[in-house]
Amino acid sequence: MLEIKDLHVAVGGKEILKGLTLAIAAGQVHAIMGPNGSGKSTLSYVLAGRAGYEITQGSIRYNGEDLNALAPEERAAKGVFLAMQYPVEIPGVTTLNFLKTALNAQRRARGESDLDAMSVLKLVRKKAAALKISEDMLKRALNVGFSGGEKKRLEILQMAMFVPKLAILDETDSGLDIDALKLVAEGVNALRAPDRAMVVITHYQRLLNFIVPDRIHVLAHGKIVAEGGKELAHELEAKGYEHLVGKAA
Amino acid sequence: MSSAARETKKQVAEIGEKYKYGFVTDIEMERAPRGLTQDTVRYISAKKGEPQWMLDWRLGAFERWQQMKEPNWARVHYQKIDYQNAYYYAAPKNTPLKQSLDEVDPKLLETYKKLGIPLHEQMALAGVAVDAVFDSVSVATTFKAKLNEAGVIFCPISEAIRDHSDLVKKYLGTVVPVTDNFFATLNSAVFSDGTFVYVPKGVRCPMELSTYFRINASETGQFERTLIIADVGSYVSYLEGCTAPKRDENQLHAAVVELVALEGAEIKYSTVQNWYPGDENGLGGIYNFVTKRGDCRGDRSKISWTQVETGSAITWKYPSCILRGDDTVGEFYSIAIANNFQQADTGTKMIHLGKNTRSRIISKGISAGKANNTYRGLVSVHPKAANARNYTQCDSLLIGGKCGAHTVPYIEARNPTAKIEHEATTSKIAEDQLFYCLQRGIPQEEAVALIVNGFCKEVLQQLPMEFAVEAQKLVGISLEGSVG
Ligand SMILES: Nc1ncnc2c1ncn2[C@@H]1O[C@H](COP(=O)(O)OP(=O)(O)OP(=O)(O)O)[C@@H](O)[C@H]1O
Ligand SMILES: [Mg+2]
Repeated sequence: MLEIKDLHVAVGGKEILKGLTLAIAAGQVHAIMGPNGSGKSTLSYVLAGRAGYEITQGSIRYNGEDLNALAPEERAAKGVFLAMQYPVEIPGVTTLNFLKTALNAQRRARGESDLDAMSVLKLVRKKAAALKISEDMLKRALNVGFSGGEKKRLEILQMAMFVPKLAILDETDSGLDIDALKLVAEGVNALRAPDRAMVVITHYQRLLNFIVPDRIHVLAHGKIVAEGGKELAHELEAKGYEHLVGKAA
Repeated sequence: MSSAARETKKQVAEIGEKYKYGFVTDIEMERAPRGLTQDTVRYISAKKGEPQWMLDWRLGAFERWQQMKEPNWARVHYQKIDYQNAYYYAAPKNTPLKQSLDEVDPKLLETYKKLGIPLHEQMALAGVAVDAVFDSVSVATTFKAKLNEAGVIFCPISEAIRDHSDLVKKYLGTVVPVTDNFFATLNSAVFSDGTFVYVPKGVRCPMELSTYFRINASETGQFERTLIIADVGSYVSYLEGCTAPKRDENQLHAAVVELVALEGAEIKYSTVQNWYPGDENGLGGIYNFVTKRGDCRGDRSKISWTQVETGSAITWKYPSCILRGDDTVGEFYSIAIANNFQQADTGTKMIHLGKNTRSRIISKGISAGKANNTYRGLVSVHPKAANARNYTQCDSLLIGGKCGAHTVPYIEARNPTAKIEHEATTSKIAEDQLFYCLQRGIPQEEAVALIVNGFCKEVLQQLPMEFAVEAQKLVGISLEGSVG
């Protein structure tokens, strides 16, 4: 489903990803771990198509298509979803209105008709209840004054609403209490499906107890330096990155 | 078709899209001779069938105007206006002094329908009465009978001058004196039409009142005059909308609006101004020089201005409140959008004269393209105005790096008990906000509209419900092409 080959990415003229290769098949969940500043968020932004992240070499194929040729909103309509490490505040725009605008924009791009306000509200309420997101939060401005955990839960609510094909979760577990962590994991597991792939970026083995990955990749200095099954997370937890990073440098 | 030709065609079509009110109605017009002399003033007065006192009033204003100088303190730049090279009166031919809806030229009804303002009462927006002003004359006023039942007078001011002479005489020029400023004095001499509203004692006006101003004729200025009087304990909500055809020339619009609120009365006045702003290169567009002022004459009265200013090449406008009575309240909620080469210098004056007077100013300025947007506001507390309160919040939003936002607050507190608060912010649409929207599938222009509407929310909420949705769309449309 996703095939990244020898990817080099520069931000502000500085090369951050330096020959990253990674493939994820439909139906799989992969985890990406790695030290701070190794390029994990950079990878997620490149996949989502953020301006300023320049691909200088290599390729990204998504369902056989050149992902880089698509605008970010086109990628979204085609099922690429990024739960961001730092969700953004938009003052004055209620969360509910934002969800409706986004959902209908994606539908329109796919040639589907708009959902009316009532249907959107029903859908949001159903998904929100499962994630214990209050009605009050939906009426407030998007992410404005939300706690760190609330922001992360809202990202998962959006994922649940948009049912993406490729979901990238950038440190969605950071800042979550243990109950919220379980809720988020349930949300992710509920979306596991043969035609869907997920990339979970995390620093903590704990999350991977709840979302069990098919594969773990370790990213350091802009490259994948180690790969393995779910047991790799335990090893990293015990030994840290030092020995792997040392190898790469 | 070659691809270049196709591209050109597409571009032309798109430009047409952007200002969708830019069409011209082809209708036979009658005009005053070009230029401005005493004879022009007499011509207009005669056309309106005015009494002598009104003509004298106009001539007095004209004499005064000839000695006045055009102001130049605002942060706007434009070619000198040649006042002798314009027309001051233009009206569709054969408009009788009074006409019923059935007699209105079908072309005019069609024009208003195209603008989204159906004038036939059975099709009209529920609960909104409309006065339609086309160039220099009012062509139709809806729901008059229904309003009459409540005792509310809602009619063209030209008609009020003839039929409600005593009321007009008593109030006209008492809020904005004939000598007030260059543009107001010019208006006093040559004003053509506009709306008159009188709400009697204790009456809550049963519907929204609105005037739809349309400039159609070329090389013609529009000088409308609006007078609204809310008698003791009454309430009225009024909205005006404005559009004009696309033309390469600049056209002058110099209106005067006077509001009088007597004891315990409340007037809510909303404007959605969408005059033609000129093209992407700054060619054409309306010069909008407007004097709007409300007088809270009676104790406990309240006047609230809400404006959404998206059009015009130049906007020079400061809707103000004179808080004369004790315990009176003045409010000013404003959204001013300037894109491309538009220039907006707008704000308010809150003049606290009475005791325990309160005022509130919320201004949202949005600049894009190469536009300049200035908030200019005065809060003045006079010596006798004990316990006056003002809260001012001025927020500016910049889109792109070539536009400007300026905040010019003037504060005069001559009573030690005054409490005046002023907050100002300037921000940009952040790249991360845009990216967040895009990632969720919202295309760029829709994302900008969404973010800007969020920024303006406090003001949009003040608009009558019937118009809020339109205004939101307008905010999006006027910023099209501003990013990327
Ligand atoms: N605009 C920029 N200009 C220069 N360097 C940048 C820019 N943006 C990011 N970087 C650098 O790129 C590197 C990778 O950043 P990235 O956010 O991808 O790391 P990360 O792996 O997600 O880290 P963390 O675990 O802390 O979230 C960092 O060293 C960062 O400082
Ligand atoms: Mg990161």
